Amino acid sequence: MHIPDGFLSAPVAAATGVVAVAAIAVAVKETNKKIGERQVPMMGVLAAFIFAAQMLNFPVAGGTSGHFVGAALAAVLLGPWATVLIMSSVLVVQSLIFQDGGLLALGANITNMGLIAGFSSYYIYKGIDMLFKKGRAATLVGAGVGAWFSVVLASLACAAELSLSGTSPWIIAIPAMGGVHMLIGVGEGLITAAVLSLVMATRADLLKIQIV
Amino acid sequence: MKSKWWIIGLSIALLLAIISPLASKFPDGLDRFAEEYNFTDKAVEPFFTVISDYSFPGITSDTTATIIAGVLGTLILFGLVFGLATLLKSKHEA
Repeated sequence: MHIPDGFLSAPVAAATGVVAVAAIAVAVKETNKKIGERQVPMMGVLAAFIFAAQMLNFPVAGGTSGHFVGAALAAVLLGPWATVLIMSSVLVVQSLIFQDGGLLALGANITNMGLIAGFSSYYIYKGIDMLFKKGRAATLVGAGVGAWFSVVLASLACAAELSLSGTSPWIIAIPAMGGVHMLIGVGEGLITAAVLSLVMATRADLLKIQIV
Repeated sequence: MKSKWWIIGLSIALLLAIISPLASKFPDGLDRFAEEYNFTDKAVEPFFTVISDYSFPGITSDTTATIIAGVLGTLILFGLVFGLATLLKSKHEA
């Protein structure tokens, strides 16, 4: 879902750039307030894991692939603001060093895969977790469902940006992007739940170090 | 049990980077959409390239080039974000 340069108009790139910079500024402040000894390595490991896992595209229907985004996993483990920092770091490195995602499109990619994916998954996860009294299953289901929504909502934001840029009309972009990402999102949900169940089985205490 | 859990986490990430040549070569959701509706050519070439396409330059074996790129990126992100988090934590204590 990494938007290359050329797909976005200057106003859309600039507007999403402002959103991303503002989000990062708040994320630095919020993370700074609450970060402790145990969150430091968790942030590093999540960034490394998300980068590596994003390389592993998995096939979905019709000659299309998808890849793990990771914002939901980070949001469940550390909260949405730390997630914005982690995802922004991943996206900046991918754009600057690996030419994956345009430099001018960085704001849009951070807005979609960091801010929107991180916050949507976090609140959906929290809602389901609370609704079902925070059991082990509720945590996994909440995280999985939140992860599905994170990918679908990020893809719809991406479609909206393409439409506003005049690259593809709404009537085509919304169903095309949303449709395929409803499939890719299933992979996101399963991977997120699987990683969390591994953490639960081995180091359940790490599920309780959320920053925000 | 209190052995450094994050070393295990980082090892898992590195393992994923090492198996990354197994990734599906199909275009992803956005790329596929761009191909289907003929706007792929709207994409402009990157302003500069470092390790483009997750393939370390100058290596003849594609598999090796991808593994080196993946391992390098994984270590860069671990170092960068670990450093950033350390910085945020130290300012928090000061």
